[in-house]
Amino acid sequence: MIGDIFTVMRKEWKEIMALGGAYRGRFQLVVLLGVLGILLPLQMGVAWVNSPGVVGAWGWVPMMLVGAVIADSFAGERERHTLETLLASRLSDAAILFGKIGAAVSYGWLVTLVALVLGLITVNVAHREQGLLFFPWTLALSAVVLSFLGAGLASASGVLVSLRAQTVRQAQQTLNIAMMVLFFVPVFGVQALPSGLKARCAAWVVHAGSLRLLLSGIVILTAFDLVLIGAARARFRRARLIEN
Amino acid sequence: MNDFAIQTAALTRDFRSVRAVDALTLEVRRGEIFGFLGPNGAGKTTTIRLLLGLLEPTSGTAAVLGYDTQSAADAIRTHTGALLEHTGLYERLSAVDNLDYFGRIWRLPSSERRARIQDLLTHLGLWERGQEPVVRWSRGMKQKLAVARTLLHRPSLIFLDEPTAGLDPVAAAALRDDLAGLAKREGVTVFLTTHNLSEAEKLCGQIGVIRAGKLVAVGAPRELRERRGGRQVEVIGRGFAAELVHTLRQHPGVRTVEAGSDRLLLGLDDGSDVAPLVGLLVHGGAEVEEVRKNTASLEEIFLMLMEEE
Repeated sequence: MIGDIFTVMRKEWKEIMALGGAYRGRFQLVVLLGVLGILLPLQMGVAWVNSPGVVGAWGWVPMMLVGAVIADSFAGERERHTLETLLASRLSDAAILFGKIGAAVSYGWLVTLVALVLGLITVNVAHREQGLLFFPWTLALSAVVLSFLGAGLASASGVLVSLRAQTVRQAQQTLNIAMMVLFFVPVFGVQALPSGLKARCAAWVVHAGSLRLLLSGIVILTAFDLVLIGAARARFRRARLIEN
Repeated sequence: MNDFAIQTAALTRDFRSVRAVDALTLEVRRGEIFGFLGPNGAGKTTTIRLLLGLLEPTSGTAAVLGYDTQSAADAIRTHTGALLEHTGLYERLSAVDNLDYFGRIWRLPSSERRARIQDLLTHLGLWERGQEPVVRWSRGMKQKLAVARTLLHRPSLIFLDEPTAGLDPVAAAALRDDLAGLAKREGVTVFLTTHNLSEAEKLCGQIGVIRAGKLVAVGAPRELRERRGGRQVEVIGRGFAAELVHTLRQHPGVRTVEAGSDRLLLGLDDGSDVAPLVGLLVHGGAEVEEVRKNTASLEEIFLMLMEEE
């Protein structure tokens, strides 16, 4: 089973790298790493390694990266008429599903981590007079863990959308709307809270401390990830995919 | 292990109000190339999907390589290969990458996988371009590659859904030759759907004809021709008078007579003798230049089966 998952992941990675042609796929990745790992850190300077606000970016970047590739997972196979051949192979439902989720998560997460390290190097080179600069450990841990869970969230919801969509474009459109909902619901939800409750929440955030906030974020995101992966697992039925 | 690669019993599949496969009872022997003929929408592709366990039957049962399609679909997919309606190739990847992926899926050890990929691509004349993205290949080359993928893991049975559809005659003939050669070399059972009758006749030892989901005939191509069409005799000459034609029509063993000014086409029952008929024509004053024995073509049989109620 694990071997089968890696087989699917390996192929998905090859396809991601060949998106729009083998060289174009790699070129896009280089540009992305250049922006996230060199350009933005140079613009932000030392704040890139010590501002808590940067954690938000490290949650958002993998979701954006995953969103760009996950819509293709099943809708792309359906559109290019490769899905039925894949379903007629000896791979189990779980191997196909987790292989596709795993490929998208690893892509989003690894590119984010590489950008994180590249950014750190860039800031250290640009501000070498300040000695060795490094993220505070809670910030570093938050970036690593939350980017993984963020990639998982985007990947699981993306697979769920892609399983139902007839075309990649349709999947991308639905996924964009889902991402907007994921982003705006908490924002507007907090604003819509009664002022007393809002004040208690704000007080809790202030007094919780960064570690407690991180753990809360991990618990919430993990719960979301598990629910969405469970939904995708329930949704994945060979016969239903063939009949669609 | 029984002698049959495929056995179905009253296999039926409905899609809402449409019955796509209707009480299909079929047996395909191991090692044979079985042609499943039928017009578009007859139920050929649905039958393959049912046999691969990709769809569940509404009623009836099917066993493939001894495995039940409902309870052991995974085992069926492990021991079979399938070239379905589309080639199913990842066109952004190279031919070698495509085959490597499926070799890994079927857990071929790396050295065997590499050797097998080279062997199949070389045999099909594709090795030289094996590293190119498949998107640059012609349709015929892609179809050959899909056949190679189907055979890669040495399955006991392969399903080929209209493998030459959309190919030009030269490419189709080349693929047919490769297919026949590979099937023989690998000793594999082939379940082939097609609406190309000459293809079925050239490749298949047994043929089943499906119409509106129902199996309407099954047998070797020669048997089908004889069973359904009888024999035909074409007589070339002159002086085929109306009285003579009438006499021929009354003659025992003669089923039909089509008369032209210089040609007679006689439909005969199996086993009937041609010599007395020629004698009758000569004594009746006709000049006979040539007598040709024909049997109905598979195409004629197919059309006959499609027109029957």
